[in-house]
Parts: sequence; structure tokens; C-alpha cells
Amino acid sequence: MRTLKFLLQKEFRQIFRDPSIIRMILVMPVIQLILLPLAANFEVKNIHLAIVDHDHSSYTRQMINKITASGYFQLVGVNSNYTDAMHLVEKDEADIILEIPAQFERTLVKESEAPVFMAVNAINGTKANLGAAYLQNIIRNYNQDVRLQWLQMPHLNDQPRIEITTASWYNPHMSYQLFMVPGILAVLLTMVGAFMTSLNIVKEKEIGTIEQVNVTPIKKYHFILGKLIPFWILGLIVLTLGMLVARIVYGITPYGNMVTIYVFAMVYLLAVLGLGLLVSTYANTQQQSMLIAFFLMMIFVLLGGLYTSIDSMPDWAKTITKFNPVAYFISVIRMVVIKGSTLADISRQLLTVAGFAIFLNGWAVLNYKKRM
Amino acid sequence: MTNGKVITANKLTKKFGDFIATNAISFEVSKGEIFGFLGANGAGKTTAMRMLCGLSLPTSGEATVAGYDVYTSPDKIKQSIGYMSQKFSLYEDLTVKENMRFYGGIYGLSDERIKQKTQDVLQQLHMEASQNKLVKSLPLGWKQKLAFSVAIFHEPAIVFLDEPTGGVDPVTRREFWEMIYAAAQNGTTVFVTTHYMDEAEYCNRVSIMVDGKIEALDTPINLKKQFNANSMDEVFLQLARKAVRQAD
Repeated sequence: MRTLKFLLQKEFRQIFRDPSIIRMILVMPVIQLILLPLAANFEVKNIHLAIVDHDHSSYTRQMINKITASGYFQLVGVNSNYTDAMHLVEKDEADIILEIPAQFERTLVKESEAPVFMAVNAINGTKANLGAAYLQNIIRNYNQDVRLQWLQMPHLNDQPRIEITTASWYNPHMSYQLFMVPGILAVLLTMVGAFMTSLNIVKEKEIGTIEQVNVTPIKKYHFILGKLIPFWILGLIVLTLGMLVARIVYGITPYGNMVTIYVFAMVYLLAVLGLGLLVSTYANTQQQSMLIAFFLMMIFVLLGGLYTSIDSMPDWAKTITKFNPVAYFISVIRMVVIKGSTLADISRQLLTVAGFAIFLNGWAVLNYKKRM
Repeated sequence: MTNGKVITANKLTKKFGDFIATNAISFEVSKGEIFGFLGANGAGKTTAMRMLCGLSLPTSGEATVAGYDVYTSPDKIKQSIGYMSQKFSLYEDLTVKENMRFYGGIYGLSDERIKQKTQDVLQQLHMEASQNKLVKSLPLGWKQKLAFSVAIFHEPAIVFLDEPTGGVDPVTRREFWEMIYAAAQNGTTVFVTTHYMDEAEYCNRVSIMVDGKIEALDTPINLKKQFNANSMDEVFLQLARKAVRQAD
């Protein structure tokens, strides 16, 4: 125990003496939490629309008004021929072309239906899909309006209508920030836990102090605990700071119990600290450790459900996410913050992450050798 | 300890794959002796030293340090030795005093003892004024003397020094050796590797390694007689030129 006291004292002295560590631990999370959720947004707005209107009738004008009034579209040009509009797409100034054929109004009145053509720049698939769907929706609504007007004319058939109303549970305003902030916090905690630890240990390898420590009678578990405990505490500090930022900047207070989040984070940090320790037993230089960290982080984030829904991934990718601790934390912190899940609701995730913690730390301890 | 021998090595060997870094070396070191361990770069000195310190597991052969077997009791050995590696290995972002406190603490010294010892060492090094300075701000010569003091802070039976005076100016080197003599006088056995042949002359006995084997082992005077040389420099050159292995 006494040895551990000296190790911890030394570790904390070094951490608090290094301004870059303080900056990384305190400033980075705060800035990321403030910037990222505002910028990383899935709602598609400002879709650039070019319209080719061959008809110039009152119906087309009404339709165009309706489209621009929706707020999702920005009209970049009303052209008289398709080639001009296509030119706008080529210059990346337009995302969607809507072509209204000549005689649109006449066909619509005479035959009760009329075609319009939509060409979508699908380089950005999400934007293209969503944009096209919005546009279809607006045109369908417009179509309905037109038909309703005609209903007053008795010779036309009655149009049966099904009205759908939706209720958004848990996130009634469908706030994107409520969804992103907890997720980003989970990623930040992972970075502090896993990568600061591995960098710290590998740095001692590089400088050679680890050899000096290895030649002392320090027990392996003393050394490892001496490294893990400080970063475990720092991780919880980052979590607390992050929660404060979420509350102050975004007004997000967890719907569930704060204790649940902390209990899970405590176990989760053990798992990512184990990962950091493991990386440090394989990496010999800080560069190596950084590269491994970068590689893992990309996978963790992209296969963690932060930006993209895990449910819509292919089966093989879903299998990978089962081994991604970040995916569990992201899902749990969202469940607790947004849905108010309790400890009992997240017990499966808690046990899984505890399993990761045992596995990763066990592997790292076995691989950590005082003697070559 | 067996007949006052604090280090014994018998056919101690370390292989890395096909490469035999240390090839069946045998020697004994007595208590209080200053034992010089010489050899060109890549001759296998550091490997041998690392095995004796419990940092590296021998491939074959036997060795005891402070009476403990290197295979079975590395932790007992570690409690009885001090070690100063080629790389400077104090914490640069800790102060002089904090480094002493840390290393004293992990060797299990009491707070009282650490305090007392810190004062003594600071006084010996004339570094009282710098005790709260970060180690990185000290000149290299000071750092090396400090590293030595920290290596023997817990008063080990044996201290291993791996090229302790590399890059240090002649005056500081002289002072460093005075510290080594003082430690030996107090009964500490000193096991030291060096490339400076004048330092070899300061040792009680010297062994010279060539290509992983000990080619010569005796007092400096006897070695000079044996090789019909005027200085240790000549002795070393005669032996080292036989080396087949490329220096690293």
C-alpha cells in the first residue's frame, strides 16, 4: 500500500505539472462538446434546387411557392431548359433538378394526373435521399390540395384519405443535440481513458524510466495500479465536466439517474484503461501508440453508433459492434440521459463492459513483463 | 553470501534467436570491490548486466547476486541492488527532492529515513540550493551524480552502473569516481561498465568482453603485465581488435 502511495503521488505531480496534459484533459473535452454537436448535424437543410419549368402556369407557380416555403430548399435557378440546370449540378451549385413538363397544367386538369421529373445529385447519398423524399412529400401534399379543391366539383370521385399522426417519444422535439452530446461525451471519455494511459506508459518506456522502475522491487500490480488509478479519476473528472457543459450549454439534464451514469462510467473506464495498458505493452514508442490509438478510435467511432445507427448496419458490422466497448457506452448514456433508463435496464451492458474490463486488463497484465 | 562473493556467474548465457549476446561468462565479485566490466559496443556487457539485475532472463548458466539466484529470486535481488542505466532515468519533470522521495519510497524506506537521507545526499552533492528545481533544468554532470546518489539511496549491497560517465566532462568524471570510491569504502560493491580506459585503471579488477565472451579478467596491473602493455588502453585495443562482431 505504501508503495502505491508513492507511485500515485509521483503520477499526480507529473500530470498536474504538465500543462499540455491539463489542456488535453480539461480544455479539449469542453471545446469538443461545444463545437461538435452544433456542427455535426444530420438534418438536411439548404438543399439547392434548380427548377426547369416548361409550363409557366399558375399551378406550377403555386407548386414552386410551396416548395420554397418549406424552408428546406434554396432555389438556385429557374431555367428554361434541362441542359442549363444540369450545368448547375455539374458546378455543384444545385443538388436536385425538378423538371416540369410543358402542358403540365392542362394534362393535370384534363387527365387528373401529370408527370414531373426529378434528377438528384447523389454524390452525398444522405442529402440526396432525404432531399428527394422531402420534395416528394411536398409535391404529394400539393397534389392533395389540388384534389381537395376539385372535390367541390360533384362529378369527381370522392378521395378517401388516411391521416397519419406521429408522436415522438423520449425526444419530443427530435433535438439532434440531445442525441449527439451524450455520444460525444462517451467518445471523449474513451480517449482520455485509453489513450492518455497508453501514451503515459509508453513515454516512460521511451525515456527509460520504466527500466529504472523495473529494477526496483515494485510489484507488477503496484505499477499498474499506480498508472490506472490517476487516469480513472481523470476520466471521472472529464465526465463531470462534460455533464456540466451539457447542462450549461445545451440545457441537457439526464432524464434518468446521474448515479446510473457514474456507475456505468466507473466500470467502463476500467475497460478502456485496460485497453490503454494493453496498447502500451505492445507499443515501444509514442508514435506507435498514437497510430494504434488513431486506428482503434476510427473503428470505435464509426462502428460505435455515434453518427450512424447500428441497427442499419450489415450483420457483419453489427457483430463487430458487439466487441466495441464504445458502442455500449454510447447506447447506455443515451438511454439514461434521454430515456431515463435505470440500472436494471442497463444491467446487460454493464455486465458486458465488466467482462471487457476483466479480459483487457487480464491480457495486459499477462503481457506486461518486468523481465524480457 | 558464498565466501564473501556478492556476485557469482557461472557459464551465464543469453541468446536472442541465433545470436549469442553473452556466451557462457563466468566470474565472481567480492564484497566492496570495484569491478570494471569492459568491452566494445555490442560485446554483450549490457545484456550481462541486465541479467544480473533481474531485467532479463538468462538462457542458460547460473548466477547469484547478493546471495540470491537470478532465476528464482529476482525480487530479492532487486531489493539489494541499485542500478543506473545508460539512459538517464530520473524523472525530469520531478524536482531533485521528489525523485529522492519517490525512489526512497518504493524501496520501502521510512519517511523519517527518506528525510534524513535526502538532507545527507543534498549536502554531499552541494545541491541544497537546487533541491526544489526540476531535474531537467540541471546540467548533465549534476544529473549523473544525482542519478548515482539516487541509485544508492537505499544503501544497496551492490550497485550496477552502465556507462555512468558517458558525455560527462573530465572534472565531473573525477568527482563521480570519488563518489564511487566513497560508496565502495562503505562496503557497497560497484559493478561498472565504461569506455574510458583511465576509469578502468581506477577499478580493483577488470574484465574485458569480446564477442560475448570474457577474454581477460584481472587487476589492471596484472593485465598490463600479461599483455605486455603500458596502459589499459593498449590492453583493450589488443583484445577488442580480435572482435569479429560488428559494433552496433
